[in-house]
Amino acid sequence: MRGDKQMKQLLEGNHAVAMGVLRSRVQVIPAYPITPQTHISELLSEFTSDGTMDARYIKVESEHSAMAACIGAATAGARTFTATSSQGLALMHEMLHWAAGGRLPIVMACVNRTLGSPWNIWNDQSDSMAQRDAGWLQFYCEDNQDCVDSVLLAYAIAEKVYTPAMIILDAFILSHTTEPVDVPDEKEADRFLSPLSNPHAIDLDSPRAFSPVVAPDHFTEVKYRQFDAVRRSLSVIDEEHRRFKDIFGREYTSVETYRTEDAEVIIAACGAVCGTIRAAVDRLRDEDIPVGMVKVRTFRPFPVESIRAAVSGASTICALDKSVTPGIGGPLAQEIRAALYDADIRPRVVGTVAGLGGRDITVDLIREAIMELSKTKKTPEPFFLGMK
Amino acid sequence: MTTPDRAVNDRTDLYITPGHLACPGCGATLAMQWVLSVLGKDTVLGLPACCFSIISGAFPHTPLNVNLVHTAFETGAAIATGLKAGLEATGQGHVHVVAWVGDGGTFDIGLQALSGAAERNEDIIYVCYDNEAYMNTGNQRSSATPRFARTTTSPAGETMHKKDIMAIMAAHDIPYAASASIAFPDDLTAKVEKAKGITGTRFLHILVSCPTGWRMPSDMTITAARLAVETGIFPLVEIENGEKTAVTYLPETRIPVSEYLAIQGRFSGMSEDDIADIQRWVDDKWERLMKTADIPEP
Repeated sequence: MRGDKQMKQLLEGNHAVAMGVLRSRVQVIPAYPITPQTHISELLSEFTSDGTMDARYIKVESEHSAMAACIGAATAGARTFTATSSQGLALMHEMLHWAAGGRLPIVMACVNRTLGSPWNIWNDQSDSMAQRDAGWLQFYCEDNQDCVDSVLLAYAIAEKVYTPAMIILDAFILSHTTEPVDVPDEKEADRFLSPLSNPHAIDLDSPRAFSPVVAPDHFTEVKYRQFDAVRRSLSVIDEEHRRFKDIFGREYTSVETYRTEDAEVIIAACGAVCGTIRAAVDRLRDEDIPVGMVKVRTFRPFPVESIRAAVSGASTICALDKSVTPGIGGPLAQEIRAALYDADIRPRVVGTVAGLGGRDITVDLIREAIMELSKTKKTPEPFFLGMK
Repeated sequence: MTTPDRAVNDRTDLYITPGHLACPGCGATLAMQWVLSVLGKDTVLGLPACCFSIISGAFPHTPLNVNLVHTAFETGAAIATGLKAGLEATGQGHVHVVAWVGDGGTFDIGLQALSGAAERNEDIIYVCYDNEAYMNTGNQRSSATPRFARTTTSPAGETMHKKDIMAIMAAHDIPYAASASIAFPDDLTAKVEKAKGITGTRFLHILVSCPTGWRMPSDMTITAARLAVETGIFPLVEIENGEKTAVTYLPETRIPVSEYLAIQGRFSGMSEDDIADIQRWVDDKWERLMKTADIPEP
């Protein structure tokens, strides 16, 4: 392990994230422990204490202070990172808005864990989905290679659009599971990601007030600029994906399709479950059932046009959500429905909810869902897969 | 054309210029001017929600001639921690980072972050400018509000005594903690000067009179601040490394607390017994201070 140049390494998702942080030459890391994120901050603590990384590791007393310290350091012009999960992310909520409104290119890893009550430390996507309106870019990882690469990509994108970015990985399924990972070579990583030089950072010779009171006569314009920057970030994301591929050979897209040609039903999802869905699609295809998958890697900004294009050939979209909003349903289903409302071709969208609080989503369960779809009427209500 | 006002606003020797939005007679602006006059332009302020969020004006104006980073209420010490780390990481480690925080942001909602920063001995100067209530939101009691003071949430008079923030900070064994007053600028600036030369967490507790909230005329700012010290209600002390407290100003004879209470509308309606109760409380505290602290030669 460590910072050596050995290529394929066996890494759990959390350590892959930490390697991405190492390769991104992050300068300030305020961190607070929470399961299942802790291995990220533990490894970064090792890197900073043994000199592998030239960074200040700040053992803050809460996640709220972790994000506040990130904001301070980023305002001063430093590259910053923190990681959290679940309750920690919820505690940070106030500061997430502050970071986004302040247009600070902070990168954070969110290791998806559900939110209490009741207590549960296992995986679903309730925590990150609850922050989808905080103004952060959100990228969902499918595997551990994705985890390390996404850190570098997130900095490259965030620092161009002056918007913080959250890379999101599923607890345990990725965070604590070991996979072979190609850790980017140090020189190549440096070629991809230049040192941060933020022209909007503190300048001692030109004192300014950062995030001051902005009265109604300017507030809308400030918020519009933020909105516009995030909207326009879609093309920046595409460009950085291209640049990444040129250097590292690995290809990422905001929306990825799998066997969607001639698919009647398309399953849409975010994160590690996409790996399981690929296997389910293969199995259903073997049974001559024409299904495909759309993976939504970039959830914020929501890639409306790419989603429309990806699903236009299907009659039904099965949006698989690993979280649910009481009173309306799963966030992914809602977003896809909204994206299709003004589209020329509008397949029906059926929301399904699965994998809450760590329950496994299996190939069989996905197959069952596809079988159920034919019986389901068009309804805004999601159905809960595999409920006892 | 340069108007006279503009000329004043262009003065770079002032760290807080005319045109700020403080109430008439605001003690906090005096504290800001004195502190910055010692620290100088290579200072960055972290500013959580407090009176100064408003005093410093709305975009695109700022009356401060140093960088000012606004932040959420409970994050004064945490933002300062990050600012210092970020400045160090970008080769600007010489810059003084000041958390400029009101009493609510210090005694109440920001105490956790402050304790965290102090425990880690972050290299920051934390200034609590204490006007003894949530004045920015219209005078609600905080745990810095003294007993019997009327605020909008203690309409019959506060029932609890003020929290002993100096003892809390001293218990963190930080290199420097001091109380100071806008009525004693020599003492105040000497303490800022001392703090400036120390590395680690430095805590300054500055009592700033608030004519609006204390309900007194705006020309009583300094009088009230001086009486707080001369009565022994707000002793001027410093504590290094959490060790022995040193009194830095000793009143020749302590003035009865009634003189301090009488000039402020917030203490109106106190009975003789109430006043005697406060006098006893102050006397006890004073006696303890005299027994344990280093006392300056008269």
